[in-house]
Amino acid sequence: MSRLLSRYAEAIYWMARYIERAENLARILDVNETFSRDSRGWQNWQSILQLYRDEERFFENHDRADAESVLFFYTLDQSNPTSIISGVNAARANARTLRPLISTEMWIQLNIFYNTLKSYKPGDLPEPRLARFCNTVKEACQTHTGITEGTFYRDEGWFFYQIGRCLERADQTTRLLDVKYHLLLPNHEAVGSPFDVSQWNAVLRSAAGYHAFRRVYPSGLSQSAVAGFLLFHAQFPRSVSSCIRQVDMRLSELRSNYRLRRGSRALEELDELCAVLDDTTIDEVITKGLHEFVDWVQIKLIRTHSELGAAFFGYAAEEMSDAAQ
Amino acid sequence: MEGTDRPQSGPLTAYSPNGFFCEMLGSPEREADHTQRIRDRLQALDLGELRGRARDAELELYSFGITFTVYTQKDAIDRILPFDVIPRVISADDWETINAGVVQRVKALNLFLWDIYHDQKILQDGTIPRELVLGNPNYCAEMRGIDVPLGTYVHINGTDLVRGDDGRFVVLEDNARCPSGVSYVVENRHLMQRSFPDLMANIGIRPVSNYGQKLHDALVDVAPEGVASPQVVLLSPGTYNSAYFEHIFLAREMGVPLVEGSDLVVDEDRVFMKSIDGLHPVHVIYRRIGDDFLDPEAFNPDSMLGAAGLMRAYRKGTVTLANAIGTGVADDKAVYAYMPRIIRYYLDEEAILSNVETHICREPEGLAYTLDNLSDLVVKPVGEAGGYGITVGPLASKADLEKCRADVLADPANYIAQPMVNLSVCPTVTDEGISARHVDLRPFAVTGRSTWVLPGGLSRVALTKGSIIVNSSQGGGSKDTWVLE
Repeated sequence: MSRLLSRYAEAIYWMARYIERAENLARILDVNETFSRDSRGWQNWQSILQLYRDEERFFENHDRADAESVLFFYTLDQSNPTSIISGVNAARANARTLRPLISTEMWIQLNIFYNTLKSYKPGDLPEPRLARFCNTVKEACQTHTGITEGTFYRDEGWFFYQIGRCLERADQTTRLLDVKYHLLLPNHEAVGSPFDVSQWNAVLRSAAGYHAFRRVYPSGLSQSAVAGFLLFHAQFPRSVSSCIRQVDMRLSELRSNYRLRRGSRALEELDELCAVLDDTTIDEVITKGLHEFVDWVQIKLIRTHSELGAAFFGYAAEEMSDAAQ
Repeated sequence: MEGTDRPQSGPLTAYSPNGFFCEMLGSPEREADHTQRIRDRLQALDLGELRGRARDAELELYSFGITFTVYTQKDAIDRILPFDVIPRVISADDWETINAGVVQRVKALNLFLWDIYHDQKILQDGTIPRELVLGNPNYCAEMRGIDVPLGTYVHINGTDLVRGDDGRFVVLEDNARCPSGVSYVVENRHLMQRSFPDLMANIGIRPVSNYGQKLHDALVDVAPEGVASPQVVLLSPGTYNSAYFEHIFLAREMGVPLVEGSDLVVDEDRVFMKSIDGLHPVHVIYRRIGDDFLDPEAFNPDSMLGAAGLMRAYRKGTVTLANAIGTGVADDKAVYAYMPRIIRYYLDEEAILSNVETHICREPEGLAYTLDNLSDLVVKPVGEAGGYGITVGPLASKADLEKCRADVLADPANYIAQPMVNLSVCPTVTDEGISARHVDLRPFAVTGRSTWVLPGGLSRVALTKGSIIVNSSQGGGSKDTWVLE
């Protein structure tokens, strides 16, 4: 039996997703700036547009994907719904809806976070300052997570928070893998070259996984080892497998703790995902195609989201097709 | 130490109430001894310190999101209600009068509403003109014959009081629909407790923080009969409403869900909310949306804010609405003028809190007095809201007065006239130091089985020099209100 309003459940879930998304975007921008220059120092900002499938929208208003315009697009551009400031604003809007439910400290921190971002002027963020900005964003997102851990009352709402956060994190890690793999593979000679290694290094660092990876693989850095680590490693908190396992676990707990009849179809999707992630090796994935595999995982995540929406958020059948967004 | 070592000069030394009754000093005839300790402590602070703490307090309001939202064409701006750190202090004696007066008034309002939606005795014997009530746009014919639990129509009431030169509190108007502002009463107190613990220590200020529990208790009192543990919800128009912060505050303080119309469904004349586990019954709705928007089936068909079928459930008595539908007729300007008579009629008592002296132009004596004293009176049309169509005699031109005279003569029933009230002042931190600014007071009364008045209330302050307009939309702010033990 639960009295949690469907609208609240959805708002909690999205608040968590938006903050997780903002943190990941900050990581990706930061690492791209620092580690993914080629030997001549040229940097590929277009890859980020590919990662988020934003090329079409971006080029509607821009001629070139240079550092300045791509960075503004993803950080402070309020007209871009996928920018950091838009994400934080969306999280804050959800938090505002959730004020009766979340702790005052959670709300205040998000309110101040958004007000801080809003106080930047367009010219305040030249490339050399990017790292500092990304750090501010990462830290604010982590502060949010910490405050939530320490203050958010653990009823049904808390489970939706965890489900949203882990689902988004799994999705972000698959995107990261997909774009780099996609970018690097066509040029066969480049595989294993210093450039290739530095790119995979950047992938690991985007996911804050470089040091964890080194503990598992003290020497060397092969693309299959990195991809396998980010997909499957059970102890790494940002691996696809460990994130999905979390979602699966939280959803099972939610249903049994509150005796909810709904949500079994979402659980079925997650169980299938877990089973496949358990039974597949990275070599099999590479043989069959990393892109295809990651694509399949993303489709399953979207289906999980839709089933959650239908079970708990009151999504009608026609809304389901929009759920991918 | 205090009293023996009184500071000789401080930020209040240069302060003058400019001849008005002062909430901090009183008047020459009636000095405010009860504020002595507070004045001494204020004197010991220097103005810079006071200003610094005031700045911190306002920053805190902004960070906490204790804001109302102003929408322009371009964007939404979060504004705080300006807060003045010098408290408005009310003595225990004054409070006793206010408390008794508000309780009396709410009692009379509820009896009046029951009567006009049932037997209409007060209309039949001519104490109030029939068409004034039945022809009033706020009279809701759908409410005829509905028996609201415990006879309570006005569960939450806000009475706007002002204090004139003689230091007596008088009623300016009743707010019996959806009075707002109580969240500021509590938040202002919390803010003072954080910013001025030294000013407040051992003064003996009555607490305001239990408002939510009192409100919840009252709402449980009026739940439909036979419901063991009633589900109370707060119905809000949503995050775009300028009072959304207050809705959040009240839902949190009561520990109840804040719902929007889309969260509710009515099935077989019972109200439910949509939860993650299906439909969950709702028994009491504290609604913060107007009558017209409650139910598109019964009232405004375009409303997206309410729930279709709500009125059917209400009529069946499966759900209680607070406040009841149709209370607007009781806080109408025209009915206000009759409040002293309404109190006498139902309670056989004189009003403890007087109205501002009001001349009813539909009555010959009232009309004659109004026309004879036009240049000294404030003349108000009864149908209009928000200060529209008011003629302020002492400030009006000759032409304005003549037009007013013609208007009143053409339709006397549409006008009332009142003398100008010199609103009392309170020392307030301004750019030029501590200066006198006009204030009013809105105490909040909560009624279930009985009426409880929150000891305090919203003190609104007109921050513009000389202004008597305390509305937040026109440069008004607020102060913490201290009722002494």
